[in-house]
Amino acid sequence: MRTLIFRTVAPYLASLMILFSIFVLLRGHNEPGGGFIGGLIAASAFAIYGIACGVSPVRRALHFHPMAISGTGLLASTAAGMLSIFFKVPFMTGLWLDIPLFGDSIAVSTVMLFDIGVYLVVVGSITSIALALEERPNS
Amino acid sequence: MTTIDLSAAMITQAPPLADWLVVAPLVLCMVLGAVLLMVRKDTQIQPVIAIPGLVALVLVDAALLAHVWMNGTVTMTMGRWLPPFGIAFTVDILGALLTLTGGIAALAGGIFGAGDVNDSGRRYGFYPFLFLMMVGVSGAFLTGDIFNLYVWFEVLLISSFGLLILGSERGQIDGATKYAFLNLVATTLFLIATGYLYGIFGTLNMADIALKAQTMDDKAPMVTLVSMYLLAFGMKAAAFPANFWLPASYHTPRVVVSALFGGLLTKVGVYALIRVLLMLFPAERDLLGWVIALIAAATMVLGAMGALAQTDVRRMLGYLVISGIGVMLAGIALASPAGVAATVFYAVHSMIVMTALYLASGMAARASGSFSIAEPGGIYQSHVVLAGITLALFFAVSGLPPFSGFWPKALMVKASLDVGAWWLAAAILLTGFLTTIAVGRVWLLAYWRPAPAPPEEASTGAKAAAVTPVHALSPLLDFLPLVMLTALVVLIGIFPQKLLELSQIASEQLLNPAEYIRSVFPTEGLQ
Repeated sequence: MRTLIFRTVAPYLASLMILFSIFVLLRGHNEPGGGFIGGLIAASAFAIYGIACGVSPVRRALHFHPMAISGTGLLASTAAGMLSIFFKVPFMTGLWLDIPLFGDSIAVSTVMLFDIGVYLVVVGSITSIALALEERPNS
Repeated sequence: MTTIDLSAAMITQAPPLADWLVVAPLVLCMVLGAVLLMVRKDTQIQPVIAIPGLVALVLVDAALLAHVWMNGTVTMTMGRWLPPFGIAFTVDILGALLTLTGGIAALAGGIFGAGDVNDSGRRYGFYPFLFLMMVGVSGAFLTGDIFNLYVWFEVLLISSFGLLILGSERGQIDGATKYAFLNLVATTLFLIATGYLYGIFGTLNMADIALKAQTMDDKAPMVTLVSMYLLAFGMKAAAFPANFWLPASYHTPRVVVSALFGGLLTKVGVYALIRVLLMLFPAERDLLGWVIALIAAATMVLGAMGALAQTDVRRMLGYLVISGIGVMLAGIALASPAGVAATVFYAVHSMIVMTALYLASGMAARASGSFSIAEPGGIYQSHVVLAGITLALFFAVSGLPPFSGFWPKALMVKASLDVGAWWLAAAILLTGFLTTIAVGRVWLLAYWRPAPAPPEEASTGAKAAAVTPVHALSPLLDFLPLVMLTALVVLIGIFPQKLLELSQIASEQLLNPAEYIRSVFPTEGLQ
């Protein structure tokens, strides 16, 4: 798989896919998309990078262990649910905050935080599985 | 801009702060599981976070039980959507009691695991998996939505896979394959049945189902549906004839993992059976009563006979788990208030005593170097306290007074005789007799019999590696979980009133779910 063409293209392809995955994640707020599908796209970006350039560059690029990324995501999602205790509404109630920015307003919500958590859980766990499968026992 | 009446779709009043206890066990386990996952590589800090976390879990569970006991069934509906659309967590005495008992078993496992699981086991996530399994176990006990119950089953199943293969030995992979395959079949069946249920009722909220099932009569193939649930949860609970996965897998992992599984997992299956058969579909359960009674009798007697034939202590304990499941099923077969109360009582007893027995067998194996009962014994000579504790636990599991196993078995026998099911009562007594012989045999051979000669270093060296503690803790800390659980066994045996009272309330709440339904739909009872 480590042909010259693939190795040259893979880093660009991977970075494009990660950008796209973040777009899909944020788009999922009101349109098709979301954390799960975004996470899958990002995980496949890491998988492609791993196939082209080997597993250790991916691990270096990620800096954190994929399972730690999963843990962060789980924490973020739980925190998104728990925020509602401060607003006297039941667990997991969606809360909204409009931030005015450049004359427009951007809606920030616990739903989005939850979805980012889902994104991180999926990225972490699927990348972890993919890297484990790509790793040769002798390399 | 038109104003929208939110109260038609959403809960508008703020939930009391105490009601947050409903989700607290779950959130706590999830947060700690996530944090431990993040610091997975730091093996020293894992137990330092995990054990106080488990203590907090037990405290939160106890507070939840106290809250439910004082204020009746509590519901919190996620995301403010009115039930049946919002997913409801509804906690009655049964759910709260089993959550607390599960928390206590997990705490014992967590402390014992600090000395039993090596650094590699910790790096592969013993503590994160333990907490994620507790997310699944607590979620299953607390949820009031049947699809949500399925989700928690999956959560605890996936975490239990992780725990089962810690160490990656050949025997473990073999056991895990059987365990995984059969449990996946059971979960798939559960999912199919739930899809079917949704097709019939158009709702997944348990209170809503209980309400609608009362007027369903012959309009839907209800017995088919309930039979599917019986098979699916029966497999989970390791009821005969779908129980062979349990003795094939429970002896393979580290003994602390066996202890957690033996204490927690099958009881979730029993809990689901209680919830679905007794509370949701009592009419169909009445039709299937004789089937459940036969399954119960076969499970308990064959389990005890299986225990009699084993030479490995952990395998014998696996059969004792199964035998206990049979006794719990007997109460579901009877479905009388006394029978169900006995089942609830027995479930609590079984969770504590099975966890303790596996831990005791692990301690004994450290002392003698092997799990086999044919190996040189003499534990009584060398470790008299351990032998005494084990004897107490053996008495408890056989149902002999004055320990916790006596009361639920006596209640169950009386409940069987009350409805004229003398053969079920005979099966329970026979099971108690066979269990006494099985555990008596182990105690005589492995504990009482003096060691014939000092064991040779060369032959025990290899085996000792599998059973010796990997982190030298103080002996006091090593004994702490076992002593804690045995103290509970003795306390329940001598002062059974409180637990009996709780079991009876739980049984009344199950057989007459009006309070459960009113907790989810506050206006329903007023009509």
